[in-house]
Amino acid sequence: MNALRKLFSFNGGVKPATHKAESTRSPIVPVKDIPLPPALVLPLHQSVGGTPRPTVKIGQHVRRGERIGAADGYFSSAVHASTSGTVVAIEPRTMAHTSGLAMLSVVIAPDGRDEWADLTPPDWRNMPGEAVREYLRDAGIVGMGGAVFPSHMKLVAGRQTAMKTLVINGAECEPFITCDDMLMRGYASEILAGVLIMRQLLGAAEALVGIEDNKPEAIAAMQTACAALNDDAIQIVPVPTRYPAGGAKQLIRVLTGIEVPHGQRSTDFGVQCFNVATARAIHEALDYGRPLTTRVLTVAGNVANPRNYEIRLGTPMDFVTRQAGLGPDTDSLIMGGPMMGLRMPALDVPVVKATNCIIAGSPALFPPPPPEMPCIRCGECARACPTDLQPFEMYWHSRAKNFGKVQEYHLFDCIECGCCAYVCPSHIPLVDYYRFSKTEIWDRERQKESADQARERFEARNERIEREKREKAEKLAARTAAGRTAAAAGNTAPPATGNDDAAKKALIEAAMARAKAKKEAAAEGNIDAVPAEKTTQAGMSAEDKQALIDAALAKAKARREVADTGSPSPESAPETKPAKKELSSEEKQALVDAALAKAKARREAAGSVTAAPATTDTPAAPAEDNTRSPAEAAIAKAKAARAAGQTATEKPAKKELSPEEKQASDRCGPGPCSGPESGE
Amino acid sequence: MLNNSPYVRRPASVTRVMGTVLAALVPAIGAYVWQFGPAILGQLLLATLTALACEAAMLAARGKPLRLFLTDLSVVVTAWLIALAFPATAPWWLVVSGTAIAVVVAKHLYGGLGQNTFNPAMVAYAVMLVAFPALMSQWPSALPDAITSATPLDALRTGLREAGASVASVRADGSVFGSLAGRGWEWLALAYLIGGLLLIQQRIITWHIPVGFILALAAISGAFWLADSARYASPVFHLAAGGSMLGAFFIFTDPVSASTTPRGKLIYAAAAALLVYLIRVFGAYPDGVAFATLLMNILVPLIDMKTQPPVFGHKGDNKV
Repeated sequence: MNALRKLFSFNGGVKPATHKAESTRSPIVPVKDIPLPPALVLPLHQSVGGTPRPTVKIGQHVRRGERIGAADGYFSSAVHASTSGTVVAIEPRTMAHTSGLAMLSVVIAPDGRDEWADLTPPDWRNMPGEAVREYLRDAGIVGMGGAVFPSHMKLVAGRQTAMKTLVINGAECEPFITCDDMLMRGYASEILAGVLIMRQLLGAAEALVGIEDNKPEAIAAMQTACAALNDDAIQIVPVPTRYPAGGAKQLIRVLTGIEVPHGQRSTDFGVQCFNVATARAIHEALDYGRPLTTRVLTVAGNVANPRNYEIRLGTPMDFVTRQAGLGPDTDSLIMGGPMMGLRMPALDVPVVKATNCIIAGSPALFPPPPPEMPCIRCGECARACPTDLQPFEMYWHSRAKNFGKVQEYHLFDCIECGCCAYVCPSHIPLVDYYRFSKTEIWDRERQKESADQARERFEARNERIEREKREKAEKLAARTAAGRTAAAAGNTAPPATGNDDAAKKALIEAAMARAKAKKEAAAEGNIDAVPAEKTTQAGMSAEDKQALIDAALAKAKARREVADTGSPSPESAPETKPAKKELSSEEKQALVDAALAKAKARREAAGSVTAAPATTDTPAAPAEDNTRSPAEAAIAKAKAARAAGQTATEKPAKKELSPEEKQASDRCGPGPCSGPESGE
Repeated sequence: MLNNSPYVRRPASVTRVMGTVLAALVPAIGAYVWQFGPAILGQLLLATLTALACEAAMLAARGKPLRLFLTDLSVVVTAWLIALAFPATAPWWLVVSGTAIAVVVAKHLYGGLGQNTFNPAMVAYAVMLVAFPALMSQWPSALPDAITSATPLDALRTGLREAGASVASVRADGSVFGSLAGRGWEWLALAYLIGGLLLIQQRIITWHIPVGFILALAAISGAFWLADSARYASPVFHLAAGGSMLGAFFIFTDPVSASTTPRGKLIYAAAAALLVYLIRVFGAYPDGVAFATLLMNILVPLIDMKTQPPVFGHKGDNKV
């Protein structure tokens, strides 16, 4: 039956040296055989969703499996203590990311007893689906292939399409990484128990476990465990070894023939994809009540004994690599594989849920790339691209900072798998150019958004001032009329009602005309007109004061909104802080933003290749909105900024685009490397 | 330290790409020496030295690293193509000035490696053909008693101008003709074909342009030949004559100036074949490869833009 299954193929791909034999000689080192580190650093943000709130206090004693961070909303995932001990700090610590940014972490000093909290397995078979999903969220289950997308959010069938196929990703296509391979060899029945749970929650007709055919032991172990289940609807399917066959979309294509386009959910095609380690974690959570506190990871590269370990989350990476005999000439650690992995900013960053592999890098293992040559349009990158892009065209336009064109060549379909850069005979760091372009586009989108908000703010203010003025005029007119009536009554002379009405009308009209003039001035973008009018109308000072307060409040609110909508990650806080100075210190801001967005891009890419299909959907959300051309965005921004009368926008409105471009080119010199590097 | 993923690279380089192209030209050079004598070797050396000197001068003038770009061998490929495309009997200054134009004008004034809109070797050929048509039309003869002669294409066209002449009668008269096309030229065409297959096998070029060109040229010449075989030579003659094979595998396939998408390559090659045929048969020049290349180079951006392949998930056959 398995042999008869028709497999499909994706275009492109590469076959780098796998380096997998070294770390598969001995089984996974169980967690109990690894000494406890002096301190465990548990970042609260360990999924692509919202950052959990800390639920513990400094000095509090916690046990393993106790929740230390509660999920912030539905699109989030909880974090748990990975051993028993005392919370010694809750503070920002450098995170496992190239950017080197710090984020809020709970630091636990282990007490050495490693006690579990009281665990009560849920009666999940009799719970409604929503309750099971919430349970998984609170158990901290995320995609373990490296994408760390909250798994509970993916365990929902599509609304339109019936779930047909549950794809389980055991392909593990990146070189060096063997954690899934060893997990399948050692924990096949646990993985399949998780697969059964997921299949039930999704109501999928079949489950296909795709494993690259360079892992015969894993395939055999999984097939044995599968035979024991006696379930025809689960199949273990060997797939051809070709990077990136383990990309969720590539694996779905190979197993089902379906190509899930960028920006669409695989569930809309009746398919969902999970990593094998996620399956095991779900089984552990629902059948034993154990939240996610450890993960299996490969330690490889410049170490004496490459091997797989089950590591407590929060263990410093240098502590982990020392277990395997870290080589003395190690110059950096890479989290993930050599094709898509992230270079760590320090050796002691903690192991997180995304850490499927730590490669100790040395100059001998990863020599610096040869000098970059010009592109000769040989097309090798296009032949290697698994997404059927024209990488060299995106490169040309990225270099020219022609971001509209880059998007026309489907920049946001790029999964940053690195195949193009791997094959390039000119040694061009192609992926860096795409990250740079994505970052720039996101940055412009953000600027446009804040400009839109400023414009809305300004229009609301104008409207309010106009309304207040009208009301005041009306009140004044009414009062005058009343006074006259009273006076007229005292004089016993019949009041000239006609005159009175006329006066009232005149007053209102005058006020209206003033307001109209002001509005017109604003509409024409004559920014000087507003303050000029202010100064001439001395009587409006109180109003102005009020307006200023209102504006400040609105601005603060807008800023908060930007922080909320801009990015679900905590990085968004620092990036929105200098919003007020955005225009004046744009260069500085742009650099920070570039690094952040780059980080985000990389995370998104990691998500799309190593784990679940839906992972690419949500983190990519900002990309969806980027179909508008940057030029359009810049023009809109210019308009809005002008309308808002911001003093910083001294640039002539019509020329807005060119100074901006000039600025961009100032920021990144004309040299071939300077573009992407500027994001560093 | 600061470089990002991927951290591993396939051992590929521009030098390797260009070196493979040079290696693929070796069979043709061998056939050339065998059929037309060793004069071509001197011409190859002359063109190579001129090209390297011009490249070095331009790199220095543009402030580019000399060693890095001189060792990429791209300029040597240009030089060899010029040497093979020019008549081996051409005076030395014709080769030197042609090479200089290719390297200085067609390559570096357009921005150097990877930036040239036009195929440098074909620019050199076209400029020299227009400037010195007589010198560029006299070719070494494969016959022992003659030093130079017209090319078979030239001889055929000239012969057909006479009243009552047919392809068969001209070919029977002319000593330059061999069993397929021109005497000696057939072997050269075969050698280019062998070298071209090596390029495909080594993944330096894809099959699209050679196959597209050969099929289109065969189809067009075949149509005329079937209509009037007395006036029009057979497809075999056209494929084996002149620069057809050199063009199919080494000229039209120049990645920098050619179309890059799979469909675009087929269109590019087929249109080039049409131009080659029209220029050969109805034009004033002995061969059309150079002009066809330059004309098609102009169209490359348009062809590429209109033939972008669908990306993953947007192919229309999504639902299975």
